[in-house]
Amino acid sequence: MDDPVIAIKNITKRFGDRVIFDRLSLDIYPGQTLVIMGGSGSGKSTLLRAMMGQVPLDGGEIIAGGRSIGSMTEPQLMDWRKSVGFLFQSGALFNSMTVADNLALTMREHSDLAESTIQIMVKIYLQMVGLRQHLNKMPAELSGGMKKRAGLARALMMQPQIFFYDEPTAGLDPVSSAQIDTLISDLHRKLRFTSVVVTHEIKSAFRVADRMALLHNGKFVVVGAPDEFRSSKDPLIRQFIDGLSVGPLSDPRGHEDYEKDILQLG
Amino acid sequence: MFRQAIEVLGDFGLMLYRALAAIHESLVGGRGSRIGRANLWWQMNRVGISSIPIVCLVLFCIGAILELQMAKPLANFGVVPLTADIVSLATFRELGPLVSAVVLTGFGGAAIAAELGTMVVGEEIEALEAQAIDPIRFLVVPRVLATIIMLVCLTVLGDLVAVFGGMTVGFFWLGIGVRQYLAHSREMLHVQDFVTGLIKAGVFGLLISSIACFMGLRVKGGAEGVGLATSRTVVYTIVALILVDLLFTSAFFYLGF
Ligand SMILES: Nc1ncnc2c1ncn2[C@@H]1O[C@H](COP(=O)(O)OP(=O)(O)OP(=O)(O)O)[C@@H](O)[C@H]1O
Ligand SMILES: [Mg+2]
Repeated sequence: MDDPVIAIKNITKRFGDRVIFDRLSLDIYPGQTLVIMGGSGSGKSTLLRAMMGQVPLDGGEIIAGGRSIGSMTEPQLMDWRKSVGFLFQSGALFNSMTVADNLALTMREHSDLAESTIQIMVKIYLQMVGLRQHLNKMPAELSGGMKKRAGLARALMMQPQIFFYDEPTAGLDPVSSAQIDTLISDLHRKLRFTSVVVTHEIKSAFRVADRMALLHNGKFVVVGAPDEFRSSKDPLIRQFIDGLSVGPLSDPRGHEDYEKDILQLG
Repeated sequence: MFRQAIEVLGDFGLMLYRALAAIHESLVGGRGSRIGRANLWWQMNRVGISSIPIVCLVLFCIGAILELQMAKPLANFGVVPLTADIVSLATFRELGPLVSAVVLTGFGGAAIAAELGTMVVGEEIEALEAQAIDPIRFLVVPRVLATIIMLVCLTVLGDLVAVFGGMTVGFFWLGIGVRQYLAHSREMLHVQDFVTGLIKAGVFGLLISSIACFMGLRVKGGAEGVGLATSRTVVYTIVALILVDLLFTSAFFYLGF
């Protein structure tokens, strides 16, 4: 197998008392689509940010392109970020700019392309996500799903080799979800993108994944091929896949002291 | 508490340093370092133009007030026209830059803090970083430059309007002729009065915009955090303006300007 594009090595991260990553390790290989699943608040978005060099770690390191992100110089970090497309959970469009300007910004900043060329590229990428007719709208005029698609188009403008998606299909209708999934798998198959997809949606996870990982309590409890996940008997995975409310993944809600707390007997 | 304050000041100093370095770099040139004229122009419009009427109104009144206040004591000595000297000197050296800066704090500073704070909340800053665009260069630098330029311009305007305010009162209520008033002003004012005022204005502009950017970029916790940062920006900036003003005025005093 090739060398990993990204190697997460024994990272730890705390926010106050909360341990988000507890000696977490994972290798991400070129051309692969890795799906990361996990409950809300388990640290999936934080992991993607850490891989962009936006979250200082308490321990361990993340190796990207042969270098540790924590020890990269400013220009090296910028080069790494330019090589990654990032779709934010909220879309994170620049609200003061039109959709077209949102897409054009990176090209204007990082390339010497003529404005007319940039405009053509903007149209091509907006067409890919089905938003070409909304070119001149402001982000506030778009729905949540449209913002996410615009965010996807914006990230594609950089023509990255690596792509991080933070819940690309959350909050979309089933048809748009399927379209986004198709887009992700197409990019991956045709352009040999390396992708990391964070998602809650089992259906879309199985549609795009080469490899899946389940993040729980600061560790990857299971890493494996989709088939292994599907047929797994592990109660953690079963609970996640079958969407059961009771199981090892459920919040420890502390039923014992609940009554006392409510009645203030303690 | 004390340590925290030192840390915050350190962070502020670091941001200021990075902003100044980015300004320097954008002058030297190179791709990825330019700040964009259109962006700068837009910021100048936004920060400055809207505060022009208020600066004019406030400084006109201040000139008029000062004229009236000084008229009584000077009348006792029979030298009412000397009010022109006092009004001119006080505005050019002190009130012009300071009052314009306070007005701009309310307009530009608060707006910048709110805007950047909202961008933090909307993950826009992280999105910029993820696209390898430095928020300091892209957001802070144009705002700092625009505020400095606009405040210097506003101060020149404010100075003139304040003297005009004093002159109006002097003409209608104190019987000082326009020619006489202007002659007194001109005799009193030296180039360094004007220049020290403008230097102050430039420094105030840097202060207003950098505090606003700093507070905006540090916003935590949603819309509430934005509101808090905005009101704090105004308070901190005004305190900082007065302190720095004292510093500069004493420095000018000792240097004999
Ligand atoms: N800057 C921060 N400061 C303090 N705590 C944070 C910070 N960022 C994230 N956290 C905490 O870290 C935990 C993980 O957050 P994260 O956003 O990574 O979760 P997630 O797995 O993406 O959840 P979701 O599926 O809901 O998006 C949460 O408990 C969150 O409160
Ligand atoms: Mg998340």
